[in-house]
Parts: sequence; structure tokens; C-alpha cells
Amino acid sequence: MTQTTAAPRGSNMPASTGRRGDKIFSRVSTISGVLILVMLAGVTLFLVAEAWPAITADQAVLPDQKSLLEYTAPLIYGTVLAAILALLFAVPVSLGVALFISHFAPRRLAQGLGYAVDLLAAIPSVVYGLWGIFFLAPQVKPAYAWLADHLSFIPFFAGPASVTGRTILSVGLVLAVMILPIMTAICREVFLQTPRLHEEAALALGATRWEMIRMTVLPYGRSGIVSAAMLALGRALGETMAVALLLSVGGGVSLNLITNQNPSTIAANIALKFPESSGVLVNALIFTGLVLFVITFLVNFAARSFLARRSEFDGAN
Amino acid sequence: MTATLQPPAPGRAGRSQPGSLVHGVLPRWTPLAVLAGSFAVATLVMSAFGFSLYGIGVLGYLLTLVVLTVLSRRVEGKRKGTDRMVTTLVYGTFGLAMLPLISLVWTVLHRGLPGISAEFFTSTMRGVLGEGGGIAHAIVGTLLVTGLAALISVPIGLLTAIYLVEYGRGRLARWVTFLVDVMTGIPSIVAGLFAYALLEIFYGPGIRMGAGGSIALSVLMIPVVVRSSEEMLKLVPNELREAAYALGVPRWRTIVKVVIPTAIAGIATGITLAIARVIGETAPLLIICGLTTSMNTNLFDGRMTTLPVFAYYSYVTPGLPPEAGYQRAWSAALVLIAIVMLLNLVARIISFFFAPKTSRR
Repeated sequence: MTQTTAAPRGSNMPASTGRRGDKIFSRVSTISGVLILVMLAGVTLFLVAEAWPAITADQAVLPDQKSLLEYTAPLIYGTVLAAILALLFAVPVSLGVALFISHFAPRRLAQGLGYAVDLLAAIPSVVYGLWGIFFLAPQVKPAYAWLADHLSFIPFFAGPASVTGRTILSVGLVLAVMILPIMTAICREVFLQTPRLHEEAALALGATRWEMIRMTVLPYGRSGIVSAAMLALGRALGETMAVALLLSVGGGVSLNLITNQNPSTIAANIALKFPESSGVLVNALIFTGLVLFVITFLVNFAARSFLARRSEFDGAN
Repeated sequence: MTATLQPPAPGRAGRSQPGSLVHGVLPRWTPLAVLAGSFAVATLVMSAFGFSLYGIGVLGYLLTLVVLTVLSRRVEGKRKGTDRMVTTLVYGTFGLAMLPLISLVWTVLHRGLPGISAEFFTSTMRGVLGEGGGIAHAIVGTLLVTGLAALISVPIGLLTAIYLVEYGRGRLARWVTFLVDVMTGIPSIVAGLFAYALLEIFYGPGIRMGAGGSIALSVLMIPVVVRSSEEMLKLVPNELREAAYALGVPRWRTIVKVVIPTAIAGIATGITLAIARVIGETAPLLIICGLTTSMNTNLFDGRMTTLPVFAYYSYVTPGLPPEAGYQRAWSAALVLIAIVMLLNLVARIISFFFAPKTSRR
């Protein structure tokens, strides 16, 4: 939101006045800026270097004697499935919460309530995993049984229902809670940026609060909402520990959301297998990590450029 | 004849008359009354069908939604009715979002508190198979790994923020800003793999060390520090810089002596929040720091247990009897949450008391 639009302070001044202290200081700070680019390049480079042995390795030594693509494809499927489920749950709720904080809650309470939502982001993911196993899974188990009994004609609920509740649908729920704060925070910012005059004009024409929001806040924030959803998607794709703990993995690709036989996700698979792996298996896992990095990078890249373009070309700011 | 000319008393509850300029308005207490009534009915219905808290919550909420909408449509008209419905829905989503928070905090307190004792904080897991043992080594590990990560991230992050705000212009600055944003989305496990890949080149396969965890955490922490410090430096009024320049103060001294001190509270808040964000990271430390049962205070040699990884393994390999392991997992989770919440609180306090006053809300 606060993107590159703001000109740097004192940008009309030369970077250095020629004094030695100035020269050193401007160099050092420029170098640390460049260092960040180097780091990002380094992440890619080292991952590629470490994934290379797996790419060139013989199929026989790879995990499950599958080719690298056959090994990665179901993991990608699981990753995307879990993230999309999470997004489906999180988007409507976080839009509501963001609206609640920006336009509905009493002004004096709004900030405190915003912190309360932010606290959800502060809770470590391993705790979410434990909570998912011990609290959420038993609670949703009867619902899965009901879905399998009554809605099994829908492929998503074909069953048989998991007896532990540790399904990809539960993972989607936990991930939804975990991405709720970031999506809410961005939507809230975007909603608060709606020009005051637009809102007041709508109200002055006799709009109710909802009509005002529908006519000014939502159209103004549409691109921001899309970017927020994509950033949240990026988070959900890369989330590791909650999935690793909660999901009961059966491997394979299926649409069925409520069984014990779930596709794993890239990140969870790495967390579960890495500590006990050695040799080329490590390289294979790093290859899947590289795939995850590329996917999340693209999603984030798209979201950020969307958000950046928005703030540059807004006439109303 | 005359009856139609009688205007209804303004603000009175009741359906609007046709042709009237004022439509009916529900009294202010209506939503609360409907809410209370709906939940009372829901409780009655549910106790008839077998008591269930979820049933009461769902039924009560749906009843509120329907009754309030219908009532408002009848009395206040279609548009106001829709408005009431949306308002109820929006309040509902907030309640829904608070449920997991409350349930999480309650679950962790409820399950974690019984395992908290002096012994839990002072002993390690060395030689412990069943009950007993503690997290001293994990706390030390977490503090060391996170401390080194902060030591790496804060200078780089702060200097980058200074570059972006004070010096940066042109394409390089735009790319740095943009890629810092993209970097905030790097999955933590990828950061762990990066640290492993980096160290393996120097130390060979299977490397585990605490410093690797610090490298991984810095990758996650630097963008957060840059972002927040940049915001804070931008808030420093330009007049302060210009006053310093006018007195002939060199640019770097202006930054060090004027700009940074003005923004220091906000920067400190940002750094505290960044630490709070990475201190709970599990996945990268699982990969590069590993797990050990005894105290290790050397960041550059051997495995080092950290709190989140300890909680994870206490659940995955609980030992015998498993209850003791589960108990340790929950207690470690409780300590972890307490640390994170404390850091968040400290950050809020710093920003509340020391931040410069701005017009932004």
C-alpha cells in the first residue's frame, strides 16, 4: 500500500556531499540494499545447485522409484488443494472482519479488535498443528460422518469418512484461520483508504451503510482484495507445520476431502521426511522445495505487482 | 380524508404509512433484544433435542439473522432490511474469527498449565525417557538462534530501509522495495532449505547447526525489519532533515543523529514484532538445527534444540508413556505462546508510549 510512490526524502539532493563519512555511509546502505537482491538470487541459486543431483539422478535411486515429476506432481496437487480450500473459507470471513473493523465496529473499539485479529498471526504454526489434532479434528469428525452418509454422491464427500478427522478439509480449516490475519490486515488498510468524500457523497444521497460500502468501498478496494487473497494464498501454499502435524497422508491424487487417504503438501512432506533423509533423497526434497519456492514467488510477485500498480495509478489518493 | 394527512409521529416504531415522507424506524434496542430472544429460543430448542453448544450458536445466530431482517424489512423497508442483514452478517464473521483465537488460547492454557513447574524450566531432556525433564536447553537454543538472527537482520534491514528512504531512487530502489515485499512471502521451509544448501557446501551433507537456523530466520526477518523501519523513517518530518542540513551537518550525521533517534521507537516496535514473528518458526529449524536432548550453547557446532521444534518432537515422538510427552508438547507450546504474546505486548507498549504523534489512524 505504501509502495514506491512516495519519493525518497531529499531526493533532490546528491547521494553524497563528497565528504568521506557521507561516501562511506551511502555506500554501506546501498550495499545492504543490494545484499537483499543477492540473497534472493542466492536462495534460488543454492536451491538449484542442491536440487541438481536429484534432477540428473537415475530413477532407481529416487524416492519410491518414481521419476522426479511423478514424485512432485501429487505433492503440488495437495499443496494447491489445501491452499484453495483455505482461501475458500478465509476470503468471505476476512472480508467481513475487515469491514467490521473499518466500517462497523465502534471507532474506539476498532483498533483493539484489530489487534485481537492480529494475535492470530502471532500464534506459532506448531501450536496450530497441536490445536488441530487435539481440538479441531475431534470436533469436526461427526460432521464428516454426516457428509459421508448424506452427501456421498458429491465426489468431494465420497467417503469413507475419516475416523480421526485429520483430513485435508480440516487442514483447509486450520490454514484458513492462519491466513485470516494477513488477509484481514490488508483488506482493512485498503478499505480505510477509500476516499472520505466518496463515502460521504454516497451517504448524503441517502444510501444505507451497506449501500455506501457496495457503491464506494468495495469497488475502490477490489484490486486490493484480489491482491490480499493472492498474498494469503502464498502463505497457505508455504505453510508447513500445521499441515505436517494434522494431515493423515495416504498419497495419491483424489478429490475426496474427508478420508484418511490425503495427498500430502510439498512443505509438510519436506518437514516430515527431511530429518531422516540422506543422499539423493535430500536433493529430491530440495527439488520439491524449489518448486514450492517458484510457485509462491510467482503468486507473490503477481499479487505485489497488482498492489503496486494500484497505488501508482489511483487518482484518488 | 383527513386520516391520510395525519403524519406518523417521527421516530416512532411502526410500519410506515403509504405516502408518508418518514419511514418507520426500529427502536435502538431491537438488535440486542432479537439477539437475546433468538438465543433463548435456540437454547430451549436445543435442550429438547440434546444439548449442544454449537447447535445453540448456529441456531441462535441464524434466528437472529432471519428475525432481524424480516422485522426490519416489514417496518423499515427493503433497503434498510438488507442493511440490517449485512450488518448482522459482518458482526457474525467477526465472532466467527474470534472463536479459533479463544479456543486456541483456552486449549493451550488448559492442557499446558499442568506441566508448568520450576523443574520444567530448569532441566533438560538429557537421559529423560518418561516423565520429568524440561525445556531449559530449548529456551537457551531459541534465544541464541533468534538472537543471532536479529543480530544479522537488524543492521541489514535498517541500513536497507535507510537506503530506500534517504538515498534510494531510480530502478534499483524500486526493485529492492518490490523484492522485499515479495520476500515477505517466502515459505519458511524454503528458508530452511536455503540455509541447509548454503551450509552443506561448506560442511558437507547432513549438516546441523544453530547458526544455520539464524541464517534461515534472517531470510524471513529481514524483509519485515525493512518494511517496518522504512515506514517509520518516512514518518520523520522533512523539516528536521532540512534544519540539520542548514546548519551544515553532513548527511550521514543527520541520519544517525536526527532521523534515526526521531524514529527509534517505531523502529524498535518493528524489530520486536519481527522477532515475535520468527521466534515461533518451526519448519526451518527442524531442517537445519535438528534436535538434541542436552544443552548446547555453541551456535556453530552440532544440533541445537529450539522451543517450537521441541514441541513438535514431543508430540511426534512422545516416548513412553506418551502422556508425558504430550504434556511437554503442550507446556512448551504454552511457553512459546507466552513469549510471543509478551513480545507483541512489549512492541505495543513501545509504540504507544514513545511513538511520535501522527495523523494516521
